[in-house]
Amino acid sequence: MAEMTLIEAIRQAMDEELARDADVFIVGEDVGARGGVFRATQGLIEKYGAERVFDSPLAELSIVGVGIGAALYGMRPVCEIQFADFIYPAFNQIVSEAAKMCYRSNGAWTVPMVIRAPYGGGIGGGLYHSQSVEAFFTHVPGLKVVIPSNPYDAKGLLKSAIRDPNPVLFLEPKKGYRLIRGEVPEEEYLVPLGPANVSRPGSDVSVFAYGMMHYYALQAAEMVASENIAVEVVDLRTLYPVDKETILQSVRKTGKALIVHEDNLTGGYGAEVAAIIASEAFTDLDAPVRRLCGPDVPGVPFSPPMQEWFLPNAEKIAEAIRQLDRF
Amino acid sequence: MATKVIMPQLGESVVEGTVMKWLVKEGDDVEELQPILEVNTDKVNTEIPSPAGGKILKIVVAENATVKAGTVLAWIGEAGERLPDSEMPPRGLAAEKPQEAVSGQPRALTQEREGDVGFVSPVVARMAQEYAIDLHLVKGTGERGRITKKDVLKYLAALEKERGAAAEPAAWETPGEGDLFRPTEMVFRTQPAPPPQSEAQQQPLAAASAGGDTLVPLSIVRKRIAEHMVNSVRTSPHVTTVMEADLKRVVAHREANKPDFSAEGVHLTFTAYFACAVSQALKDFRMVNSSWSEQGIVLHRAVNLGIAVALGEEGLIVPVIKNSDSLSLLGMARAINDLAHRARQHQLQPDDVKGGTFSITNHGMSGSLFATPIINQPQCAILGVGAIKKRVIVTEDDALAIRPMVYLSLTFDHRILDGEVADGFLARVVEILEHWH
Amino acid sequence: MALTAEMKREMYWWMLLARRLDERAWVLHRQGKIAFHISGIGHEAAQVGAGFAIRRGYDWVAPYYRDLALMLLLGFTPRDFVLGLMGKREDPNSGGRQMPNHWSLRAANVVSLSAPVATQCVHAAGIGLAIKMKKRDQVVLTALGEGSTSQGEWYEAVNWAAIHKLPVIFLVQNNKYAISERTEKQMAVKSAADKACGLGLPGISVDGTDVFAVYEAVANAVAEARAGNGATLIETVAYRITPHSSDDDDRSYRSHEEVEAYKKCDPLQVVQSRLVADGILEEAVIAEFEQRAKEMVDEAVRYAESAPYPDALEAAYPVYAEEVRHG
Repeated sequence: MAEMTLIEAIRQAMDEELARDADVFIVGEDVGARGGVFRATQGLIEKYGAERVFDSPLAELSIVGVGIGAALYGMRPVCEIQFADFIYPAFNQIVSEAAKMCYRSNGAWTVPMVIRAPYGGGIGGGLYHSQSVEAFFTHVPGLKVVIPSNPYDAKGLLKSAIRDPNPVLFLEPKKGYRLIRGEVPEEEYLVPLGPANVSRPGSDVSVFAYGMMHYYALQAAEMVASENIAVEVVDLRTLYPVDKETILQSVRKTGKALIVHEDNLTGGYGAEVAAIIASEAFTDLDAPVRRLCGPDVPGVPFSPPMQEWFLPNAEKIAEAIRQLDRF
Repeated sequence: MATKVIMPQLGESVVEGTVMKWLVKEGDDVEELQPILEVNTDKVNTEIPSPAGGKILKIVVAENATVKAGTVLAWIGEAGERLPDSEMPPRGLAAEKPQEAVSGQPRALTQEREGDVGFVSPVVARMAQEYAIDLHLVKGTGERGRITKKDVLKYLAALEKERGAAAEPAAWETPGEGDLFRPTEMVFRTQPAPPPQSEAQQQPLAAASAGGDTLVPLSIVRKRIAEHMVNSVRTSPHVTTVMEADLKRVVAHREANKPDFSAEGVHLTFTAYFACAVSQALKDFRMVNSSWSEQGIVLHRAVNLGIAVALGEEGLIVPVIKNSDSLSLLGMARAINDLAHRARQHQLQPDDVKGGTFSITNHGMSGSLFATPIINQPQCAILGVGAIKKRVIVTEDDALAIRPMVYLSLTFDHRILDGEVADGFLARVVEILEHWH
Repeated sequence: MALTAEMKREMYWWMLLARRLDERAWVLHRQGKIAFHISGIGHEAAQVGAGFAIRRGYDWVAPYYRDLALMLLLGFTPRDFVLGLMGKREDPNSGGRQMPNHWSLRAANVVSLSAPVATQCVHAAGIGLAIKMKKRDQVVLTALGEGSTSQGEWYEAVNWAAIHKLPVIFLVQNNKYAISERTEKQMAVKSAADKACGLGLPGISVDGTDVFAVYEAVANAVAEARAGNGATLIETVAYRITPHSSDDDDRSYRSHEEVEAYKKCDPLQVVQSRLVADGILEEAVIAEFEQRAKEMVDEAVRYAESAPYPDALEAAYPVYAEEVRHG
């Protein structure tokens, strides 16, 4: 076991998969000599050469579109979008091409491709380096959407994503790149795409979160534990397709559900989780399903107090847990 | 205000119960939790504790009547108290309507709990129904005194503790008795509620006594056996084939091994031999270990042997030995001892009577030589074992010999099996028994 | 490679078959037997010329919706086409999921096409990139209309192909109309080929009614691409003789006289006259070809009409590669 940061685990996953499979390659802006603006691909060009760690033009739609073409040919591209905020030019290629390819060709063509994108706020990134984009993509059958919350999962999930025969959008909580540390085994392992993870069992309130908010949810659970509130924290990990069973099981146990994400409230991923709970676990509910989310303003503002106002954190989550426990 | 005594829902799939005996009469003073009547359902027999202290004002349902869960059985209150008009709509529907104009917060949330239990969350409503809890008795600790799920759990735990201290646990706290001789799928699945019974149906004794004959009310046990038998005969074309077996070797084996088995704490019965022989033969004749479906015949991979156990007037029960083909004679004998004992002690778990793929009924116990048993649906066949009798037979070499003989009758579903396969299977059972070693 | 008389006759045959099949589709639409048709009439020379210049089944193709003649050349049968028109289960493009003419033919390396134009061009660049990474000598032919050259996806695709000298041929079939908009509303340059000089690759414009000229231009570009000298942009100029689609009424934006005038340079007539004049094609052969084409078209319609629709529930699959049923 070695302790490492989230970004080290991500880099190690790519390193191992590049070594394992000659069809895997990395493409994106500044991923080569620069090693990526967050250094996620640092050192890979030296090990695998410029043909497999490939600097793209500054053009997101074709980073994805070219990746799709290569995947159709049989390659396993790992496309990096520098910030999730810049993914929209590629929206058409992701949603209308990659995600629909298998269905529209009746299975003749598939797109085994990973799109990595750092997302989320809390790094002073303002409106265009802080966005959470998952809600746009968790609406799209044919696509898988994964958000890791810790180094172990990040490595295991990314390796699974690279081996997956479908397009996978892999969103990385960039605030946690160097903040979140954890044990990662030396030996080879995979974390399967699909199942959510009950990261802390409890009986009083269920908290559903992912990425950075999961990190804070665990902290919040610890804070309220001394107040005799036993929080169950569920790391959703694979947002789409969603693991309904784990969500329902947890709610059946606690009767109370809090969903946390930093993306805007309205039409956010939490709405889907809430709908699943309301329609399939209604008679297990002991309180209204609550969401703690970013407010409905167009983006995360730059100035520190305004950024602080926007983002949920451990204290805000703990307070929401207390309210729900009291209900 | 008077308190209702209601027929509880004793188990998820149970929809009705029979009042067996009133332990109190009108005018008696009772304490809260004091047993006041016995009820019987197809799953459990139990005493019902009083929901409140006070005087029995009125007994509404007479002994032997069967009523739906939730039906008011009696009223308890203070002497001279007026009972509510039975025609009044249930509380909480009509009574709340006129006040609905309150805006903002849901009204129930803002109300003090006095007569009303306040806002009831979906899970609390469900638990109240499942456990037949009067929510007025539950102390709410949520916001504005709301009853939370935790409050209900605490209430149930306290109830159980109190009961444990006072007397033996209430019957519904202990596992059910398994099920009667009928398809497990029908028993453990939620069943549609039966149509409401008319007054006449609820008073059968009065209706019958007019002609001088006696009408014995149908116990739930009797009803279930009747339903099952009719259903089975209607479902499968029954054919019975009979063979006899010479149990010389089995009897000798049993005599020789009985003490050893006893030393292991196991009573070695003949049934164990039949169970072993059948389990082994089922492996050779997979078609007999099957069920009919419209899509095709389902061959069961596991051999799960049901063994009918008579419970006297209480009817019959068929506990199941799972994967019986993997058991030695010792294992089989031990499993049979255990299931029969627990069946008679009413300690079977629902799982003990589920999943049978073939059944044996030992009607010889009551002296019957051979019989034509009815198939335990959805199985394919059932083996009847007659009484073991010493008879004179003619041996292979034309000598006369006295041998312990038994008739084995196999009733099978002619949709699945033809006579040839059925006879082949039965012959194999006979062969195993006659060549026992 | 110089074209033999036999090859020229074969080119004529494919153009003729495509034409008769296309015409029948219009008839089927007017009979109410199909819901939609989008025509390739007038494009046959460009498509057959280009199709003859690649190694069919070896090279890769990212076509566009007017490419009926090209698809026939690649192994698509008249039956396949009519099955697609009618949305029958055996439709090889998509099993009845896509609208007609949204091609896919995995066995011939023809990748699946969507409806938003120019999306396939980035896939072609990606396939080219994969070919280059794998150091193979395949090329990619991608086809599009001149209207599609207005799209950002097209610019990004050509840019990639030019930067990395990818083996891609961009075949712009200029038919003078993007639905109702004439070329001058799509571009300020005279020819789509002129756009090449801003992107750094050769741009050639050829007569799209001259199947042999197109063949020569594409064959040269293919040779360059195979030799590792990169991509070429080829514009073929012809005229869309039919309305945009079966739903279009072209009288609102062009005159009857204009259409009639262009019918004089119908590529099928052009090649027929030339082959007859050159003594390569006799009247008897033409009659025999016509007869055979009619029989094939009749048979295809009969077959497709009696072929089964998919079961409604087949619509639930295959969203993900795991759900693909092989065989």
